[in-house]
Amino acid sequence: MSDKKDIHEDKFLAPENRKHVVIGPDGEEIHVDPLNDYFCTDMPKVEKPYKGVMEKFLNWARAESLWVLAFGTGCGSIELPPLFSPRFDAYRFGVAMRPTPRQSGVLIISGYLAVKTLKRAIRSYEQMQNPKYVIALGSCTINGGMYWDSYNTINRLDHYLPVDVYIAGCMPRPEAVLAGFMKLKERIKKGDAEGANEYVEKLDWYKANQKKIIKDWNMPDYNW
Amino acid sequence: MSLFTRILFVLLGLFITLNWGLIMSGIIRKIIARLSMRRGIKVVQPYINLIKNFSIRSQLTHGVMFYLGPVFRLSGGVGVFLFMPMIYGSIYWTNFSFTGDLILISYFLFFGMLGMALGAGEGGHPYSAIGIGRGLAQFTAIEVPMTLAIISIAIQYNSLSITEIVAAQQGGIMNWTMVTNPFATIAAMLAFLGMMGHSPFNVVMAPQENPIGPPTEYHGTFLGVLQTNRAILHVVEAVLFMNLFFGGATNWGILILKTFLIYFYTVFVGMVFPRFRVDQSIPWFFKIPLVFGILAIVLLII
Ligand code: SF4
Repeated sequence: MSDKKDIHEDKFLAPENRKHVVIGPDGEEIHVDPLNDYFCTDMPKVEKPYKGVMEKFLNWARAESLWVLAFGTGCGSIELPPLFSPRFDAYRFGVAMRPTPRQSGVLIISGYLAVKTLKRAIRSYEQMQNPKYVIALGSCTINGGMYWDSYNTINRLDHYLPVDVYIAGCMPRPEAVLAGFMKLKERIKKGDAEGANEYVEKLDWYKANQKKIIKDWNMPDYNW
Repeated sequence: MSLFTRILFVLLGLFITLNWGLIMSGIIRKIIARLSMRRGIKVVQPYINLIKNFSIRSQLTHGVMFYLGPVFRLSGGVGVFLFMPMIYGSIYWTNFSFTGDLILISYFLFFGMLGMALGAGEGGHPYSAIGIGRGLAQFTAIEVPMTLAIISIAIQYNSLSITEIVAAQQGGIMNWTMVTNPFATIAAMLAFLGMMGHSPFNVVMAPQENPIGPPTEYHGTFLGVLQTNRAILHVVEAVLFMNLFFGGATNWGILILKTFLIYFYTVFVGMVFPRFRVDQSIPWFFKIPLVFGILAIVLLII
């Protein structure tokens, strides 16, 4: 992890995120340091699960109420809307779409991740609250699929985000996605889906991998 | 009845109201699903969502008002409940209603909105700010016909006490305000559509267009508190309209039936009509419901 200082000297930092001076209406000079003032610089902590029956019960509730972030990348983003149509009807499994990362618990990476999109995916993932789960959809997220030698996409998603369930195929049909949801539910109920805590424990490794790919890292180290 | 038993019954009533609110929203979403040829959610899904939200492990805050927003919203909902006589003629379920409760309740309906506006504003998300702007503008437009209808009823029954208004409507459907003062009923029921925030007046929380609106930044327990409040508020608002226009209820069975029908009416309208934009919905409230509200008062005075 780089320390705060070299973030500020980063040549990729967007102009509005550099230190600057704002003149107030009464002529007062206000020094703004956006990366420290506007963003939280704290690092996340491991949130210990409860023990025993309590955690079992909460995990059951978490598994039966999966709120998916409406975030689409690659070919799969067009395969997801049919899930909520009468034909596939994911609602009956407690799956619903949420438009904001704050309220959602599942991030579906629905296909190849371009370098540019990876950054957005990381930001969205980090804005979600613990516990959170990642479903990787399509061969592109497993080994790069037909884009494995592309100059612009990542190959293995689990180097960058902790993945709970992979759904193989190019492109998996909605039935396969539903089966993936069932798999995720099983994992959650068993108490295995602790991706959010794994991410925190191995944060250095994940960040190093992410920064290897994202050359213009112009955001805080952890995007709350 | 001692104060202690009274408080116990109020808490019990709140518990029943909360549960009925959650079950009702489950049933309604099930009905909508079946209408669109889906299986739909489980009826108990609102409970599961609530438990899930309270079980989120990490939470973050944007400041003091951000904390207080949901608290204000909840106290708005619970406040309406506290002063609402639920069951007519029962000493146990009249809560803390008193002679001027109608005025106080109208204040409480707005109070939660304002608290939420402050809290969501501190969240700092642009969509929250847009949602708040739209919500407050629309609610102000709703208040006008609503207040006219309430004034009309107050003149008609010469009282601002909900219990007395319900008492005057006893003895058959012909005594209900719905029949004796149809214009006030129409004005208020049209305003009610906007209050419940279903389509065509759901531009405040409009998914797909203005994701989720004010609660964009709320998550975990904050969202759980907001959901709790929603369940309570939906029931007590329906109870308010039942008391004012549809003869009140003399037992819980009738209350459940009537509130369900009143709530279902807003959902039904929502299923049929598409969403208004804010610049369409506000003029609409100032046109049709407002005219009915004025008519209701003018006809009474003549
Ligand atoms: S796996 Fe196939 S369908 Fe999915 S994103 Fe890659 S190329 Fe597209």
